[in-house]
Amino acid sequence: MDKKAWEKKFRNSGLREADFSTISGRPLEPLYDWDDLADLNLKKELAYPGEYPYTRGVHPSMYRGKLWTMRQFAGMGTPQQTNQRYKFLLEKGQTGLSVAFDNPTLYGWDSDHALSIGEVGRTGVAVDTMEDMEILFDEIPLDKVSTSMTINAPASWIFAMFLANAEKRHIPFAELRGTLQNDILKEYIAQKEWIFPPEPHLRLITDLMAFCADHVPQWNTISISGYHIREAGSTAAQELAFTLADGFAYVEHALRAGLDIDDFAPRLSFFFNAHLDFFEEIAKLRAARRIWARHMKERFKAKNPRSWLCRFHVQTAGCSLTAQQPELNIVRTALEALAGVLGGCQSLHTNSMDEALALPSEKAVEIALRTQQVIAFESGAANVIDPLGGSYFVEKLTNELEEEAERYFRKIEEHGGVVPAIEKGFFQREITRAAYEYQMALSRKRKISVGVNEFVNEDERLEIPLLEIDESVEKDQVRRLGEVRKRRDNGAVRAKLEALEKAAAGTANLTPFLLDCARVYGTLGEISAALISVFGEYQEQPFF
Amino acid sequence: MAEKKIKIIIAKPGLDGHDRGAKVVARALVEAGMEVVYLGLRQTPESIVNAALEEDADVVGLSILSGAHMTHFKRVKELMDKNGLGDRLLTGGGIIPTKDQDKLKDLGVGKVFGPGDDLQSIVDYIRKWRGSQGD
Repeated sequence: MDKKAWEKKFRNSGLREADFSTISGRPLEPLYDWDDLADLNLKKELAYPGEYPYTRGVHPSMYRGKLWTMRQFAGMGTPQQTNQRYKFLLEKGQTGLSVAFDNPTLYGWDSDHALSIGEVGRTGVAVDTMEDMEILFDEIPLDKVSTSMTINAPASWIFAMFLANAEKRHIPFAELRGTLQNDILKEYIAQKEWIFPPEPHLRLITDLMAFCADHVPQWNTISISGYHIREAGSTAAQELAFTLADGFAYVEHALRAGLDIDDFAPRLSFFFNAHLDFFEEIAKLRAARRIWARHMKERFKAKNPRSWLCRFHVQTAGCSLTAQQPELNIVRTALEALAGVLGGCQSLHTNSMDEALALPSEKAVEIALRTQQVIAFESGAANVIDPLGGSYFVEKLTNELEEEAERYFRKIEEHGGVVPAIEKGFFQREITRAAYEYQMALSRKRKISVGVNEFVNEDERLEIPLLEIDESVEKDQVRRLGEVRKRRDNGAVRAKLEALEKAAAGTANLTPFLLDCARVYGTLGEISAALISVFGEYQEQPFF
Repeated sequence: MAEKKIKIIIAKPGLDGHDRGAKVVARALVEAGMEVVYLGLRQTPESIVNAALEEDADVVGLSILSGAHMTHFKRVKELMDKNGLGDRLLTGGGIIPTKDQDKLKDLGVGKVFGPGDDLQSIVDYIRKWRGSQGD
């Protein structure tokens, strides 16, 4: 039978009335075959795992060598409560830590700031001074467990507190392993937690890259994140393109500052979303590795193969979770996590079933972690490297996503680069439009969300227990912060803050100055204020 | 005479950067023929109520996914009442547990929407509220 004959039979077999596009609206053929890959040099485009352009994975052995790190993002209430959650997770077999900070901390504000009222400890843990780091990581072996910190605008001074705490515990910086998210560009694009205009933030990031190359060599200085872009409503291709474009912008900034690409590029890492559309997500992750490798090698002329690697963390899609029939979220998360694994992630967070309702309860987070263990140890998914490599469909999708990303790179260039495109609202508009289109597709039932717009249980009652954050958390945190302010050497704090301010006005690397402020228990908000006095604050033009 | 357009202030109070829902709802309300003033992020209860006064808004919609809903809704409601906007509708949405939705209702806040609620149900709710207001 030739293809035409099959197509005829296919059309005559009676087809369902349904939307067969991906969740991002990408049209799909009913069947892919050898013709779709005819123009492709598979050996060159795929190569071997651990070989350029890394389509099949960044390591030669992938999960045969080492499973992905199971890293649950966690933080709530006081540093003591979060420390207990970390110990619980490590005891249950988690292999890395990931800190979720509360909103005031993410904005660089102290817990006793007037606008922090009602927000302390709500969506993460509050960290005001090094003392909070001491409590947060109490009895946790920082030289053995790797730690990821989701913090961006004030990342450098939160990291300074982390380093100062390690120093106090006599743990050498060189033994610390982990990741700082530190990705300000996606804040302007999607997550919206900034302090200064882009340029001073970029300087702080470049300073940290230079400092870590010399002093904290195992630390990933940035986790260039598509996760939040996707959560804000982007398509898979937008997530891929905007994230990698941000990555190129950081590289260009560091190069302009005079850094050698092979000194900092091996410590760049990435963070992607794993959404519901199984094959498109796998293709997206495979495409990310190939695109990054090509640009780093061919465009930026990096020589060290480690500079070419797109190593990434994956988190399942929070925005795919439903408040209705929340137990179904366990299933959604399992499918998404499997896509992350088949896409070759280096670490993985699985969301808990209750996260459309609240921060996760202990029971819910245990099920989420156990989901990863089922994938790793029961499903067989980790036995073979890149098991979908060579699939007509997945290879075709990988190519399409790569091409679409390249088209976006050209558009961004036309806007003058990432920062001008942010200032013109280019990314924000693209994402808002995609979010609205998806919502309308749900409204019109072109896309189905089980339990939400179809298969609804009328008179559904919530039957899972939810975590509550007690109001005493804020009071406790504010009280302890007040005590630290009284107890510390306030003369030393003033001197270090003044030195920081002076350095900020010049061109020195700011990381050592931030470290000095952290050592004497300067607060997060005091350090922010010192820098704001030099750098100013950023304002966004609201639109929808 | 053509019916006056329903005017709505939409705002993100506090430190919450999750603006996907607020923007999608804002668009849907405009599509439904309402007038929307989107204030954007990091608004204080004072800035929101001032805008409602200046714009003579019929409805104030808050979007809160940060867990700080009890603090913000309460304060905005108090300020609305104090400034003669007690007859306007305060509504909104976000990650807000049922228990807290009940508490907000007791404070005089209107219906609060959550994940999965259809855009049309929000449009219908606001129209119905307006219809119940008479002239």
